[in-house]
Amino acid sequence: MADGMITSAALNILDITGVTKRFSFNGEPIVALEGANLTVRKGEFVCLIGPSGCGKSTLLRMIAGFETPSEGRLSMWGAPVSVPGPDRGMVFQDYGLFPWLSVARNVGFGPAARGRPRAEVEATTKRFVDMVGLTRFADAYPHQLSGGMKQRVAIARVLANEAEVVLMDEPFGALDAMTRENLQRELLEIWERTRLTVLFVTHAIEEAILLADRIVVMSPGPGRIVADERVSLPRPRDPTDPEFNALRRRFSALLGSHH
Amino acid sequence: MPVRGRALGLALAAPLIFLAFWHLSTAGRSFSLIPPPLEVGRQLWDLAFGGVWDDLYSATLPEHALASVGRVYGGFLLAAALALPLGMLIGRVALVRSLLDPTLQLLRPIPVTAWLPLAMIVFGIGPRSAFFLVFLGAFYPILVNTIFGVRSVDGRLFEAAAMLGVSPSAVFWKVVLPAALPSIFTGLRLGLGFAWVVIVVGEMTGVQTGLGAIIMEARQLSRTEIVISGMVVIGLLGFLSDALVQALGRRLLRWSPQHG
Ligand SMILES: Nc1ncnc2c1ncn2[C@@H]1O[C@H](COP(=O)(O)OP(=O)(O)O)[C@@H](O)[C@H]1O
Ligand SMILES: [Mg+2]
Repeated sequence: MADGMITSAALNILDITGVTKRFSFNGEPIVALEGANLTVRKGEFVCLIGPSGCGKSTLLRMIAGFETPSEGRLSMWGAPVSVPGPDRGMVFQDYGLFPWLSVARNVGFGPAARGRPRAEVEATTKRFVDMVGLTRFADAYPHQLSGGMKQRVAIARVLANEAEVVLMDEPFGALDAMTRENLQRELLEIWERTRLTVLFVTHAIEEAILLADRIVVMSPGPGRIVADERVSLPRPRDPTDPEFNALRRRFSALLGSHH
Repeated sequence: MPVRGRALGLALAAPLIFLAFWHLSTAGRSFSLIPPPLEVGRQLWDLAFGGVWDDLYSATLPEHALASVGRVYGGFLLAAALALPLGMLIGRVALVRSLLDPTLQLLRPIPVTAWLPLAMIVFGIGPRSAFFLVFLGAFYPILVNTIFGVRSVDGRLFEAAAMLGVSPSAVFWKVVLPAALPSIFTGLRLGLGFAWVVIVVGEMTGVQTGLGAIIMEARQLSRTEIVISGMVVIGLLGFLSDALVQALGRRLLRWSPQHG
């Protein structure tokens, strides 16, 4: 803003307006997402929940630039999103690590690919490998790691690349309960330290309530956003807390009423 | 190391039993089509170093082995130099694929040995035909595996590279090539193995030097010890050559659960 005034729109890192996405499947058109509106502020932790097939991945993939909307507009800091870029880091459920690179090289991949000086790449790599607790595994290859460790590498990789928005598509869905809890806690710690903007897709209500500032509820056939609510429980949140339970009931009802 | 000692012992058991069987069924017979192993050993020594028979063949092994090795690696390297870039182009560029793939698929079922007569017509009787056969034998395994490798890169890795800021022009070097390396490597290994198979056939057609040439010539002279000696040397060289490639693969592909 030229006059230094900060409007509320200026804080919106993501603006999604009237976004519809149609695929054709065996010649039949499928509406994966219809008329989605969503604005995300910088530093927000937003969870998208909804049953499978409601367009959560499609929405995330359009923000990432992997898919283009059939209708509507998608912008980041006011500029239209068209292709993938390092400002929007994606954490995939199936990790997407480069199997031929060590943990450290995977983490340093983005900065190195973007031509950062070597010393800087090494310092950044070390910082984020340490941050996700994989210092001892820096030289290991992905096939030598457990699922939880792989997902830590994937998270460190987008953090090291200075992503402003971290898009996470059911990142902990394939992990066992114990590992999932650890990673949820670590993710929150990292988020509190870095104040990144996080869009986190899950179909687990409890995970969403545990993590999010805001929960966006979606329903299928065609995929739509049906509710968008703030979660103001103080952190750390306790799933056995009565208020937590009340929210769980509330979001169950929101999900159930749209089936 | 006891474990390695045990493995070595087990690995040697079958050849030793075979040698013993060979010895017992041939040694001391007045007439045997197959010479006993000790005689073959003596012949092999003479071929390599001379000093036993001091005939036309004494100490000629290095020359013949070198000729064959030269043709094998020459033909193999030429095949690799052509098949690798061609395979990458066919795998990555749809236009090149539509243009060349059908033709190559049509030519592929023709066995390498079926090319021999034509090669002799075109290149004449001599080492150039052998070289051509080796080239052809190594070419297809390398080509096919390279195409397969660059085509079967996990799509997720392209997305990962794109969101990390890899430019489309750098994707080939940063993603496709490393991801395809295990397949490419398999192709190179098969190609080299095939080169050793084909060289012998190629050298049996009136070439003066080479391991294929002496075993064919020795057969005409009924020098069966030389025939077997030549076979042993071909086997050993092929084995060493494969071991070398495998060692290289283990270094280069440490990251791959199949190779590391
Ligand atoms: N590439 C595609 N081609 C065809 N249909 C697709 C494609 N991607 C997603 N869809 C369809 O769009 C709908 C929403 O999918 P998705 O966004 O993956 O849902 P979710 O992640 O919520 O489970 C589904 O019906 C799915 O089959
Ligand atoms: Mg999904």
